[in-house]
Amino acid sequence: MAGSTPTVSEYITHHLTNLTYGKLPEGFVREDGSVVGSGGAWVMAHGGEEASAMGFNAIHVDSMLWSIGLGILFCWLFRRVARKAEAGVPSGVVNLVEMTVEFVDNTVRDTFHGQNKLVAPLALTVFVWVLLMNLMDLVPIDLFPELFKLAGVHYQKIVPSTDPNITLGMAVGVFILMLYYSIKVKGFGFVKELTMTPFNHWAFIPVNLFMEVVGLLAKPFSLGLRLFGNLYAGEMIFILIAALFSAGVGWMLPAGLLQVGWAIFHLLIIPLQAFIFMVLTIVYLSMAHEDH
Amino acid sequence: MPELIYIAAALMMGLGGLGAAIGVGLLGGKLIEGSARQPELAPKLQVTFFLGAGLVDAIPIIGVGIAMYLIFVVAG
Repeated sequence: MAGSTPTVSEYITHHLTNLTYGKLPEGFVREDGSVVGSGGAWVMAHGGEEASAMGFNAIHVDSMLWSIGLGILFCWLFRRVARKAEAGVPSGVVNLVEMTVEFVDNTVRDTFHGQNKLVAPLALTVFVWVLLMNLMDLVPIDLFPELFKLAGVHYQKIVPSTDPNITLGMAVGVFILMLYYSIKVKGFGFVKELTMTPFNHWAFIPVNLFMEVVGLLAKPFSLGLRLFGNLYAGEMIFILIAALFSAGVGWMLPAGLLQVGWAIFHLLIIPLQAFIFMVLTIVYLSMAHEDH
Repeated sequence: MPELIYIAAALMMGLGGLGAAIGVGLLGGKLIEGSARQPELAPKLQVTFFLGAGLVDAIPIIGVGIAMYLIFVVAG
């Protein structure tokens, strides 16, 4: 998107490209014509082609910074409120935080049946963090990319949960906790659960193992992809509606109305997906704590 | 063949929407049935209903996202 007016698909692709930092392979011809020297080079990618040439040795700088920044915002806000909290009638942001904590606490009480002090704080973190990341979707989609362009940064994707690396990363975190508590609580029973259900006979061990392992791996995978898919689709539709503005003056009013309509619908999706991510985290950990 | 991409996108959105519509319809019907029988359980059922609805409509929404990507980026 250098200077001239982009076509619609260029506009979309530009909005869906992360700011990537990574290692270009040896001999790769860059956008400006220069060739990468021996041993490769660690650089910021200019465009999707360079980003995909980096392959595994790449990191999405924007996703990382925005998600970590929102995590810090969450910690700072809740800590500040926790220090200020007192017995009287709460007001403003204190009220909001207390409601959130109480809501998460009640959900954990209803859904989690084991003994674990980690689950409620984990659920609160997951809920508020995912909610904050999703809320970035409501920021007008051209605002931050254009601001960063003025500062010389050409790619910027500000919704971390539209990046599968972030959502699948969180899901893998939950998966590791699931495995840890399964082994800790059930011990050898975990192996038994994997090999002896649903058919309780030694001859069925390979069949059982296959079915249970597939079921186990499907959990974090669907958890991460569900959040990613919802937010990605939402972002995609926001971008498409924004692209309508370029279709001429007559399209501006309908496009504006569509933008507002989709934003209102998305207001339902955003907390709902955060809630689902939290509940499923609790349910999976609860399953890990059930010893038969 | 870009024409086939449009067909693929249409199938994706249409069949995904069809399935989810049936699913959410069943869910809503059962919610009303359940809360008519036991009105004191209604708030609890509503939470579960929203959870279920969120799980159900994840798939068509993802389908719409991928379909839009196919139409406007892959074919366009």
